[in-house]
Formats: sequence, C-alpha cells, structure tokens
Amino acid sequence: MKETSERIDQERRAFIGTAAGVAAATVAPGVLLYTVAGAQPRSEPATGAVRWGMLIDTAKCADGCTACVTACDEENGLNLQQKPEGESQEKWERQKSVWIRKVQVRDNLSGRISNLPLMCQHCEHPPCVDVCPTGASFKRADGIVLVDRHTCIGCRYCMMACPYKARSFIHERVEHKLSLVPRGKGCVESCTLCVQRRDLGEASTACADACAREGHKAIVFGDLKDPESPLSRLLASMPSRQIREDLALNTGVRYSNV
Amino acid sequence: MKRIVYREWDIAPQRYWVLFAILAAVAGVGGLAALYMEYEGHWVTGMTNQVMWGTPHVFAVFLLVAASGALNVASIGSVFGKTIYKPLGRLSGLLAAALLLGGLMVLVLDLGRPERLIVAMTTYNFRSIFAWNIFLYNGFLAVVIAYLWTMAERQGNPYTKQVGFFAMAWRLTLTAGTGSVFGFLVARQAYDTAVLAPMFIAMSFSYGLAIFMLVLMFTFDQNDRPIGPVMLSRLKNLLAIFIGAVLFLVLIYLLTKLYGAKNYGLVSFYLLDGGIYTFVFWVVWILAGSLVPLGIIFHPVRGKDPSWIAAACGLVILGGLASMYVIIIGGEAFPMQLFPDQTILASGFFDGVGGVPAHYAPSLPEVLLGIGGMAAAMLITAMGVRVLELLPESLDDQVVDTPAMAKA
Repeated sequence: MKETSERIDQERRAFIGTAAGVAAATVAPGVLLYTVAGAQPRSEPATGAVRWGMLIDTAKCADGCTACVTACDEENGLNLQQKPEGESQEKWERQKSVWIRKVQVRDNLSGRISNLPLMCQHCEHPPCVDVCPTGASFKRADGIVLVDRHTCIGCRYCMMACPYKARSFIHERVEHKLSLVPRGKGCVESCTLCVQRRDLGEASTACADACAREGHKAIVFGDLKDPESPLSRLLASMPSRQIREDLALNTGVRYSNV
Repeated sequence: MKRIVYREWDIAPQRYWVLFAILAAVAGVGGLAALYMEYEGHWVTGMTNQVMWGTPHVFAVFLLVAASGALNVASIGSVFGKTIYKPLGRLSGLLAAALLLGGLMVLVLDLGRPERLIVAMTTYNFRSIFAWNIFLYNGFLAVVIAYLWTMAERQGNPYTKQVGFFAMAWRLTLTAGTGSVFGFLVARQAYDTAVLAPMFIAMSFSYGLAIFMLVLMFTFDQNDRPIGPVMLSRLKNLLAIFIGAVLFLVLIYLLTKLYGAKNYGLVSFYLLDGGIYTFVFWVVWILAGSLVPLGIIFHPVRGKDPSWIAAACGLVILGGLASMYVIIIGGEAFPMQLFPDQTILASGFFDGVGGVPAHYAPSLPEVLLGIGGMAAAMLITAMGVRVLELLPESLDDQVVDTPAMAKA
C-alpha cells in the first residue's frame, strides 16, 4: 500500500516537473522578449521635449536627382506597391502612394529655377488633424503627423484639407508591405519622418541620408527644440521660409533659397 | 374651412410593384457597384490622389443638401403659417428623411473602409466639421420623424409649430455644416470662404423644392389626384425665387474670389478656360439648370403647363448635380497654389505642372452608386406614401385656396 503510494507520488513529481519545465520554456521567451522590448526606446511614449523637423536648402537640391524619393520608397515599402492587373500605367501613376516628390519651379518674374523635395510638412497646426472625423490623423508629442490606420475610415477629408497635397490614399489591394510600415487598402498615409527610425533611436531619415550620400546635403534632419542641434544652428544661420506660410501652420519642414 | 384628407398612395398594385421593382433594381445595382469598388479598391474608379472625392460625392452632397431643402415646404407651412403649404408638410418630411438616407448611403459606401462605420460612430474629433455632421445628419432624421408625428398625429398637432421651428433651425445648421465641409478648407482656393455656407442653404431650397415638386406631381398624376393651378403657381414661383437666390450667391462667391489677385486664375478656370468645368458651369448649371427653368416658370403659357413646370424642375435637378460637379471636382482639379507667382515646371506628383488641372474621368461604378442612392431615396419615398397617410387627397384650388384656410 505504502509502495504504491510512493510510486504514485513519484509519477506526480515527474509530471509536475515536466509540466513546470514546459511552462517555463513556453513563457520564458515571451518574458525575455518583453524585457528586451522594454529596454528599447520604442516602448517609451514620444516626448514633447523634442520636435523633429527638417531644413531643405534648395540651392543644394540637384536638378534631376531623385535619390531622396528612391530612398523613401525603399525605406517605407512604397516600391512594393503593385499596379493592379489591367490598369494603365498613366492612371497608376496618379493613384499609387507617394510620400515625397521632387518639384521644379520657376519664378515668374526673375525666371530663377529651384528644385526641391516636397512631402508632409509636419505642421504644428495640421489642417489634416483638424478635419479628421475620427481622430485617426494625429500629431505625436514630438511633432510627427501620422495616420492611425486602425481608426482611419478612408473618408479622404485630410487629403482635401492638406495644403501640400502630401497625402495618398491606398487605392489597391496590398500584397506586400514592410512589417515596420503597415499599409492597407482604403486608408490614407503620408510621410512619417521615418517614424520607425525615431522609435529605434536612429539619427536621421532615409531621404536626408540618401541626399548626403549623393554629396548634396540639401536635407538636414534634426530636433527643432534643441538649440545646439545641427538643424537649429543651420536655421539660425540662414534665412528660411515655410511653404504657404500665409497659412501660419508653423511647419516642421523649412526651406531656404526658394 | 375644408378639411384636408390624407390617404395612402393607392395606385393599382401592379403599377406600384413595377415602380418598386425598378427602383429596387437601380438601388441594387448601385449597391453592387459599391461592393465591387470596395472589393477591388478605389483603383477601379476615376478617383486619384489629386481628385480624391469623385462622382459619389457629387451625388451624396447633392442628396444631403436636397434633403434639407425638401423640408422647407413643411417649414413654410408650420413655422411661417402659410396655410396653403400645410397639406404638403407630411410629404415634405418623408422626402427629407428619404433623401438624407440616400445621400448618407452613397457617402458611407464610398469610404475607403465602410466597414469601419462603427469607428466613425464611436470615435470623434470634435474639431472636425465632419464629426459634427455625423450628429447633424443623425439628429436630422430624429427631428424629422418627430416633426412628421406632430403633423400626422392629432395628439402631436399642438406641438407642430415648436417642433417645426426646431427642425428648421436644425436643417439650416445642417446645410451650413455641409457647405462648411468645403468652406472651412483653407488649403484649396475654390473653397476657403464662408459664403459657401449660405450658398449651400440656397441650393438646398432650390434642389429640394425641385425634387419635392416632381415627386408631388408624379404621385398625384399617377393616382388621379388634382393639383390646382393656385398651388402649382405658388410652388413654381417659390422655385424661381430659390433659383434666383442661388444665382445671387454664386455671383457673390465669384466676386469675393475675383477681388483677390491670387484668385484670378481660379475665376478664369470656372468662367473661361477650365475646359469641361467651364462648360458644365455655364451650359449645364447656369443656362440649362437655372436660366432655362426661370424662362419656363415666367413664360405666360408654358409657366402654367404642369409638364413644362415638371421639365423646369428636372432641369433644376440636373443643374444641381452640375453645380456639385463644378464645386467638388472642379475645386479639387484646380491646381493648388503651392508657390504663388512661380510656375511649376516639373513634379513627381501632378502638382499642376504649367497650371494644368488634375485629370478626372468618372467611372461607371461611381455613377451607378450615385444613381443607386437617388433610387434608394425614391424607394423609401414610394414605400412611405404607400403605407402611410401622407399625401392629401386633393390640392385643388377650392381645397387649398379658401379664405377660411388662409385664416386658419
């Protein structure tokens, strides 16, 4: 009777031991990952101590160079967009998502020609955020204007409201996308100032890096609130302006020599 | 005083069900078109990242604006005490609710993510006029139903004036809100002006009354109920006033824009060199949709002929759709003034290179969805008048134009 009872106890011990081991093996990676994730900056909320922005020196922006556009396309998976079968190339060009584009302008009086990249200007008072009925269009504490793709209903009112025509609507089904840059049919999106890089604590944006690699250095990214940042020092040293400054939106992206 | 007797729209069942089937089929095709656009994505439409509100918005905004105006007839009767309009109040209420539902259907089915309607109903940003409009539209339905109850139910009769006044205030706010969806947009030159709010209110009176008159004339004609010349004359003269009000506000809008040098290009785009938009503005909206109806209404002979009056109403509706096309799509297609006094030579995103407007061509599914919304509104109206006592038995002169009526 006693022997039987001991044998049973041993079996129970073995079972409990195995179960505990399996449970630990199952839970541990999660706990570990959680701890690792907790150590990364992306688990911390964006802070208002910084305001991300850019200065674009159009005098340095080269005619015909589209390095910033290509880099943005790759960084944000825009090059993964696929033209729906049966659609004309011409229409697709008007419907595919574009976050940054090159624009060439000529002054009507002087004839002076300027080249510049144009994208979301990350306004302090963004009209897209004001008009969004669900609040999907929002501004982070660090000044980045984003679209919450879980609450965007695809009404496109933000596109009507944006003075820079910076936003794109996803017209087609999305087959391929990057895990860091979600994209979905029927939602609106625009330049995020490479928010995934911000959250991983990286220094710059894809467009600014590409421009520097080409040797132009026309795009300088940085913290507008830090008076010692290269961006702030540059802004203090040269005249710059906002596009459509009559609207007084206090854009995060500034231009010089335009 | 003659008592107004209301009766269901008792046309022969066969005729009713044929009409019902036609309307249901058109609405159904609109629904299928919406399903197709949602399944494939908006790439199958003519909409692009430059013209993101297309033909569905033309129909939707037209219907929403007309809904508010359709209720005007009831307001004139119960708020302003014009007794001749009182027999028309119930139809006015039904039509207002039906047009609003039709317009909302089109608007919602054109969303990128219509299945997230629940998000729009539960998550609000109150800085957005769109968010206010969600309340204004839903509230409008509730107010109209209450208004209909006070008009049709004896117990509710004492409250008609108060509820009617509230409904009138509500719908004026609603249409001002719809106009302000565009008026508040500082980004685009065609919008960004407060005059769009009163302009949309005037449009609502005109388009809503035109639809109301057509529905009234059709339902009465099919059911052999008489509309006397006095009633017809009052309605068509009212329509003329509203057409004139729209023209006046369009003139104010253009003059407001024209006074700023930065908008010379915009006014020229509408009036002179905007291609299809100039054509639609002058030929369809102003000429066919406004001046010709005015000519018919004030014509000594044709102005008394119900068929010609119906034609005038049809033209006002056509002009109304044209006005929405010019305002909504023309306003988007006109290049944004990103760099004043500079010419855009090249752009990777169609920024009006050389001042060329954005391209837009309506696609069949968009048009079908829009027409489907109109059919849905008419279907609701057809069902309402069939089962409820909303239509007066007669609008003959001796019924509506007695001295006793005038005093009542």
